[in-house]
Amino acid sequence: MKSFAWQPGRARRDDPEQGSRRNTSSPGRMILATALSLVLAILGSAGAFASSSLTGAGSTWVYPLVAKWAAAYESKTGIKVNYQSIGSGGGIAQIKAGTVAFGASDMPLKPEELKEAGLIQFPTAVAGEDLVYNLPGIKPEALVLSGPVVADIYLGKIKKWNDPAIAKLNPNIKLPNMAITVVHRSDGSGTTFTFCDYLSKVSPEWKSKVGANTSVAWPTGVGGKGNEGVASYVQRIPGAIGYVEYAYILESHLSDARMINRDGKIVSPSLKGFQDAAAHVDFTKAQDFYVILTDHTGPDTWPISGCTWQILRKTAPKETNIEVMKFFDWGFEQGQGMAKSISFGPLPPTTVSAIKSYWKSELGYSI
Amino acid sequence: MSDLDIAVRIETQPMSEEPRSAGRSRYLSADFLFHKAAVFAAIVVAGALFATVIAITYDSWTSIQTFGVWRFLASSEWNPVTQTFGAFPFIVGTLVSSAISMILAVPISFGIAVFIAEVAPTWIKRPIAGAIELLAAIPSIVYGLWGLLVFAPAFAMVEPWINDHIGSIPGIGVLFQGPPMGIGMLTAGIVLAIMVLPYTSSIMRDVFLIVPSSLRESAYAMGATTWEVAWNVVLPYTRSAVIGGVFLGLGRALGETMAVTFVIGNSNTLSPSLLMPSATIPSVLANEFTEATTKLYLSSLIYLGLILIAVTLVVRFLAVLLIRRLGRREGAVA
Repeated sequence: MKSFAWQPGRARRDDPEQGSRRNTSSPGRMILATALSLVLAILGSAGAFASSSLTGAGSTWVYPLVAKWAAAYESKTGIKVNYQSIGSGGGIAQIKAGTVAFGASDMPLKPEELKEAGLIQFPTAVAGEDLVYNLPGIKPEALVLSGPVVADIYLGKIKKWNDPAIAKLNPNIKLPNMAITVVHRSDGSGTTFTFCDYLSKVSPEWKSKVGANTSVAWPTGVGGKGNEGVASYVQRIPGAIGYVEYAYILESHLSDARMINRDGKIVSPSLKGFQDAAAHVDFTKAQDFYVILTDHTGPDTWPISGCTWQILRKTAPKETNIEVMKFFDWGFEQGQGMAKSISFGPLPPTTVSAIKSYWKSELGYSI
Repeated sequence: MSDLDIAVRIETQPMSEEPRSAGRSRYLSADFLFHKAAVFAAIVVAGALFATVIAITYDSWTSIQTFGVWRFLASSEWNPVTQTFGAFPFIVGTLVSSAISMILAVPISFGIAVFIAEVAPTWIKRPIAGAIELLAAIPSIVYGLWGLLVFAPAFAMVEPWINDHIGSIPGIGVLFQGPPMGIGMLTAGIVLAIMVLPYTSSIMRDVFLIVPSSLRESAYAMGATTWEVAWNVVLPYTRSAVIGGVFLGLGRALGETMAVTFVIGNSNTLSPSLLMPSATIPSVLANEFTEATTKLYLSSLIYLGLILIAVTLVVRFLAVLLIRRLGRREGAVA
C-alpha cells in the first residue's frame, strides 16, 4: 500500500491515492465563486433599491409614531420608509449632510440656522414628558411638584424629599427623609431640550446657570442613556427622580408626578393637556414653525409639552421631497388615530394647511 | 514531469543545496510572494496607526485651536450650552477606573495562574482555564447589562456598609462616601476587573506553566513552600511576560466603552468619592457623539479620543521601558 503522505516532488494530482478527485479547492475557483456570488448579491439587492424607499433619521421621541405610520403607509402604497432613531442632533447632522431624505428633531432650528443651511422644517405631532419618582409607599400621580421646585431639585439645592418646599406642595403625603437622587439623560436628546427649556422659563437661576440644549452641563445627578436608561435608574434607586417621555411612562408603569401649571392648577399629563398647550400657540404665525410648547396658560395645559419637527433640504431632488411630503401628508390625514393610540397629539387643524402652503412657498412646489 | 512538479521540486530543496532557488524558478515562488506580503502587511498596519493618529488630530484641530493643550487638559467644565469643554474629569475617570480594575484584577489573576500552574490537580486545570477564557468571550455590552441589572442592585446593598464603615475612616474615608445607588466609579472598576481578568490570567498561566520544572523542583527540594516558589522563583522568572500581560489588560480597561457606560453613572462632574457617578473618555464619547451638533462640540469629543490614544501610547511606552529595565537587571535580552 502506497503511503498516503505527500512526498516532496510529487504533485497531488499525480498521486493515485487521490485518484481522480480533482483539486476542487484551487484558489482560482474559489475567487471565481466568491466574485460570482457577490455580483449576484448586488444584483439581487439592487432589486430592493429599485422599489421606492425613503430614509429618515433623528429623534427617538418621534420614532414610535414614524414607525407606526411607516408600516401602515407601506401596506397602503408599497413605499418603504426607513427611520433610524439616532437622536435629534444626529438627525440634524444627517439632513445637513444630505444623507437622509428627512431629519426629525425635537429641538426646532432657529430660522437663521435654517436659512444658512438651506433647510425647511415643519411640525409633526405634539407630546409631553413628565417626572417619575421612586418613593416606596407613595402611589403614582400622588406627588405634586412645581416648576421652581423641580429646577431646585435638579440644581442640587433641594437635597431631601422631606424638604419644606416639596412638603408645602404635598400636605397630604408623609414624605420620607430620603436623599433625592437626580437622574438625567447622559446622551443628547430633544427630551432634555424640552425639559431644560421649561426649567429655564420657571427658574431664572437655571436659565443663567445651565440653559437649554439637547445636552447640558447638569449640576448634579446620574446620567442614564436614553429614556430606558433614566427609567431603569429611577426604578432601581429608591429616592430617585427623573424625566421621561409620556408614552414611555404609559408603557413602563413608572410613578409619574403631577405638576402645577402656569395657571396654578394641578394637572396630570394627558393627550388633552398636550393639545391644550399646542392650542395656545399659533403655529401659523411662527416663522418656520418655531414654537415652544412649554409652560403655557390654560387650566388643563400640561407644562412640559413639546413638539417634534421634520426637516427637509431645499436642494434635495424634487422627487425625494415630494415623497416625504406625501408620506407626512398621509400621516396628517389618515394617521391621527394611530398617533392618538400612542399618545401623540395631532396638530391644531389650521396648522396642516399652513404646512402645505409653507411647502409651496419655501420649495416652490408642493403635493 | 509537469511544470508544476518542476517548480515544486526546486522550492522544496533544502536551503543549503539551492540557496535563493526561489529567484530562479520560472514562476513567482511562494517564498518571494510571502516575503513581500509580510512586509506589505507590516507596512499597512503601521501606516494605519499613523493614519489614524493624523486623521484624529486633523478632526480635533478646531478644538485644539480654541482651547489649546493645557487648558483643555486641566479644565473641568464640560458645557455644551456655552460651548466650553474641558477634559480633566474624563481623564481622571479613565485612569481611576482602570487603576481600580488593575488593583483588583492583577492579584486575582496571579492567584488563578498560581492555582492552575502549581496547586491544582491535573484533572481540574483544563476546565478552570476554559471557564476563565469563556469570560473573555462574553461581549462587553453583555457585561454592561449584567452590571446594570444584576450587579448594581446587589452592590447597592453593600454600599451602605462601605459608606458607614470605610467612609468614616478619616483621611481615605472621603473616597468611600456616597448614596447607595449601586452604580458609580467603584462598580465600573469592578466590572472592568472581571472583564480584564481573563487576559491577564491566561497570559500569566501560560507563562507560569512553561517555567522549567528543574527550577521549580530545586526550590521545592530546598524546602520552599508553594507560596515561596510562586513568589520568589516563578514570578521573577516570568516577570517581563507578566508585566506584558498586565499592560495588555490595562489597555483593554482604558478603552472599554459599553460596559463602563452602563454602570458608571455618566456624571460629567469630578467628585472625590468612588461611590459617586463619574464618566470616562470612552463613555462620554459613546453618549454624546451622535448628538454633537456644533463643529466645536464634535471636535472636542474627537480631541478626547486623541487624548485617549495618547494615554494608551504612554502606557505602552512605560510598559516597554519597565520590561527593558527589568530585563537589564536580570541580564536577559529585552
